[in-house]
Amino acid sequence: MQKTYTNIIQISGDVITVEAESVGYTEIAQVITKRGASLAQVIRIDGKRVSLQVFAGSRGVSTGDKVRFLGHTMRIASGENLLGRIFNGSGLPLDNGPELSENLIEIGAPSVNPVKRIIPNKMIRTGIPMIDVFNSLVESQKLSVFSIAGEPYNELLARIATQAEVDIIILGGMGLKYDDYLFFRDTLERFGALARSIMFVHTASDPTVECLLVPDISLAVAENFALGGKRVLVLLTDMTNFCDSLKEIAITMEQIPSNRGYPGDLYSQLASRYEKAVDFDTAGSITILTATTMPGDDVTHPVPDNTGYITEGQFYLKGGVVEPFGSLSRLKQQVNGRTRDDHRTIMDTMIQLFANYRETVEKQAMGFQMSAWDKKLLHYGRIFEEKMMSLKVNIPLEKALDLGWEILHECFSPEETGIKRSVIEKHWPKNSG
Amino acid sequence: MSGIRKGYISGINGNMVRVNFDSFVMQNEVAYIVHGEERLKSEIIRVRGKCAEMQVYESTSHLKVGDEVEFTGELLSVELGPGLLGQIFDGLQNPLPVLAEKCGFFLRRGTYFEALSADAQWGFTPLAKPGDTLRPGEKLGFVPEKNFKHYIMVPFHYHNVVEVSWIAESGSYTIKQAIAKIKDQEGKVSEVFLSQTWPVKIPIKAYAEKIMPQEPLVTKMRLIDSLFPIARGGTYCVPGPFGAGKTVLQQLISRHAEIDIVVIAACGERAGEVVETLKTFPEIIDPRTGRPLSDRTVIICNTSSMPVAARESSVYTAVTIAEYYRSMGLHVLLLADSTSRWAQAIREMSGRLEEIPGEEAFPAYLESRIASFYERAGMVKLSDGSLGSVTIGGAVSPAGGNFEEPVTQATLKVVGAFHGLSRQRSDARRYPAIDPLISWSKYKGFIEDKQVEKGHAILRKGNDVAQMMKVIGEEGTSLANYVDYLKAEFFDFVYLQQNAFDPVDEATEKDRQVYIFDFIYRILTQDFVFADKQEALRFFQALRQQFRGWNSTVMGSQEFKETEAEITGKLNEKINPPAPPSA
Repeated sequence: MQKTYTNIIQISGDVITVEAESVGYTEIAQVITKRGASLAQVIRIDGKRVSLQVFAGSRGVSTGDKVRFLGHTMRIASGENLLGRIFNGSGLPLDNGPELSENLIEIGAPSVNPVKRIIPNKMIRTGIPMIDVFNSLVESQKLSVFSIAGEPYNELLARIATQAEVDIIILGGMGLKYDDYLFFRDTLERFGALARSIMFVHTASDPTVECLLVPDISLAVAENFALGGKRVLVLLTDMTNFCDSLKEIAITMEQIPSNRGYPGDLYSQLASRYEKAVDFDTAGSITILTATTMPGDDVTHPVPDNTGYITEGQFYLKGGVVEPFGSLSRLKQQVNGRTRDDHRTIMDTMIQLFANYRETVEKQAMGFQMSAWDKKLLHYGRIFEEKMMSLKVNIPLEKALDLGWEILHECFSPEETGIKRSVIEKHWPKNSG
Repeated sequence: MSGIRKGYISGINGNMVRVNFDSFVMQNEVAYIVHGEERLKSEIIRVRGKCAEMQVYESTSHLKVGDEVEFTGELLSVELGPGLLGQIFDGLQNPLPVLAEKCGFFLRRGTYFEALSADAQWGFTPLAKPGDTLRPGEKLGFVPEKNFKHYIMVPFHYHNVVEVSWIAESGSYTIKQAIAKIKDQEGKVSEVFLSQTWPVKIPIKAYAEKIMPQEPLVTKMRLIDSLFPIARGGTYCVPGPFGAGKTVLQQLISRHAEIDIVVIAACGERAGEVVETLKTFPEIIDPRTGRPLSDRTVIICNTSSMPVAARESSVYTAVTIAEYYRSMGLHVLLLADSTSRWAQAIREMSGRLEEIPGEEAFPAYLESRIASFYERAGMVKLSDGSLGSVTIGGAVSPAGGNFEEPVTQATLKVVGAFHGLSRQRSDARRYPAIDPLISWSKYKGFIEDKQVEKGHAILRKGNDVAQMMKVIGEEGTSLANYVDYLKAEFFDFVYLQQNAFDPVDEATEKDRQVYIFDFIYRILTQDFVFADKQEALRFFQALRQQFRGWNSTVMGSQEFKETEAEITGKLNEKINPPAPPSA
């Protein structure tokens, strides 16, 4: 069933065109060059002309090289044997371990029937008050960390991963710096999580197109575990690199770009990956946490913009803290009504007051006179930043809520908070000190 | 037409497939690609010579050049009949629960099921008699469906009056059994069933006339009903950046709107959101009917990871179902979330066809497509004089939250109300985040004009003062202006904002809105006497807190009355200051 063709008629960017017959759309082929073999995927068929994207790049491919069609779409080994292992973007071992070929599963399988999903209802505790209190993370959520280069987004992902109570952690690295890869590996090891982790790493020095496979491979493996009842956390960093590879291929294929050079189907491409996050009725779950770096800190850039419409929230990481404005967990309402009865009150009140604080800071910067109320807000804002926002803080949710009441009590009178009287009576700290 | 017309695949590019054919083909005709055991639904969207280009409603993986294609001669259609209510369909009207039963966790391409159950028995009661002449859309009889009389109508495809030659007796029938025979003008007799099919891209026009939408549609969202009302049979759009609460707003409206039937088109959005509707609606009781909300809801769901071409058809499927129920004299609300994804699906296809792109690569016909979709809304008078309506509310997801983009602009041209969500308001947790300064509505609500105007005026004034204060500071602002600013903030906090998690505050009945708006109107127009800004601030802060408490008390309850008295007392303190000691 495997056919080999040698008439490559076009090489353009990382896309080669070969004359072949009876080739299936999205099928995988091997391009065998002097430097070795690379995987390639069919992305267009026009009569006999078959275009393939070459994952290892087209550099060094000659028109006389062999293209061997494998007769199937991309497949990856799955199962327990992968745990603790590290692979590259094409699924080949990076850790000197054996190559795996059992339990092959197809990547990019069809999407889950919505009626087989359940409403997510389990909170993932992170010990970070800005997340636990204000934007709770929920099992099976898809959520992106919006950040700019230089911010500790990988540290944040690693910290959430090691603290979260999940069965399996899968890391998909796209264009990852080698240091970052080592950082992830060492962090997982230090917290004893490496044995339940699998890493698919495409580093910044690997061919760009190879990172296109990383999300699909990671999610296919995750799905396999989830169907087996496991709770899986998938970390994908950095999705902007993935989108840039999509752009590269689209431009090579002469597709009409829609926005800043990105293809018109960017939304659908991202969605088909993110939508793999699921809580299965009667099986496990997949939670997806990604990092999206915003070029030029611009949230209206097509990548963060489309991501924001797809994910169930985003954490803005700015200046080393999770920024309360713009950060959002769309699923928090599913869980924060059942944690403690004052959770929502603290969440709403503290944020509204913090918004007022920000306005006051602006006023102050312009040199206006500060009223008594302004001074209270300034006092409050500073305490809030120090005790709640700092990523150094690592306390459980309940402690964080208590801390919230203490801060409010220290800064305001009950009426000034606007909290309903019945709640004040129950929770307002009684001590006068 | 003898035998099946066939063609063969000659090219594949994403979800677009090029087919060579010998005989003839029809534009927008449905065709099936035969790939082994699988049959994949597709639609012809362009014909050039002996070559047709088709959009495939499924994943095109594994397809090969040379695969056979069968043309059906039919346009993409839906089945209309009893059993639609409470159902969950994909964009091609595949019932998803049936699919789940047969295929498990995942969707399987090329698997299509009957939209309506062939086994269900419906108790039919005839209304027409043999010999009656009826127009298309007129009633032959009815079957009970959930809480409604589901009228069985003369099929819409007839152009003229038809004569009933036979009608079934009262009794139990399935959708496969004929319930009447009708004779058309040419004397041709055809059987009529409980269900009929209709092509989704053609509006159902089985009514006497389209009339002006005037009656307000009560959504129980104060900000909408009072300031930016929607009319039954009207259209509105909700554009907003991500995270501003479009979907939550649509969900609240789908739950609380005073309407007979809600059709939800989840178009290219998250599956999780559909799941929430899916799982909660059967448990929420509609206070107006005492039946679960799912009984009045039809969900068309083509989420973002489902095939893109079916996304394009899903909004048409939804609006066709809405029009069908309208033809029975019911009031239907269609919520499309999000029309931007639908527009993107059109753009994707246009790109594959290598059409010359317009702005942001959207095709030139984007505007007319959007306009003709919204034009399918409307209040209609049926031939028996009763009224039915389809109201369309479309969420728009503008790229970068920028309302200047083509989809938002094309939509604004054709809708009757605009509820623009703003990032600023959602960041400040002011929900619903509809920005009262940019939104508008051409429809008339149930609050007195004079009062509505005052509401708008105070919000504008409050904003002006707030802007001014940013420049000249609080100390440079006069007390009168400052009080106006506080009034605007107060109005915003206690009336425009609504707590979706408070069982009372989440939905406000019409009567209560009228009552409370009147109460607030008096506050807004009242002159208060304050010694200084500090005092004014403290007064409004306290008032706000009391009012919020009032918002969560049940109208007419003891607590409601007590809180009202308390607030009135507090107000009077500042309205009638103790007379200054006479000199």
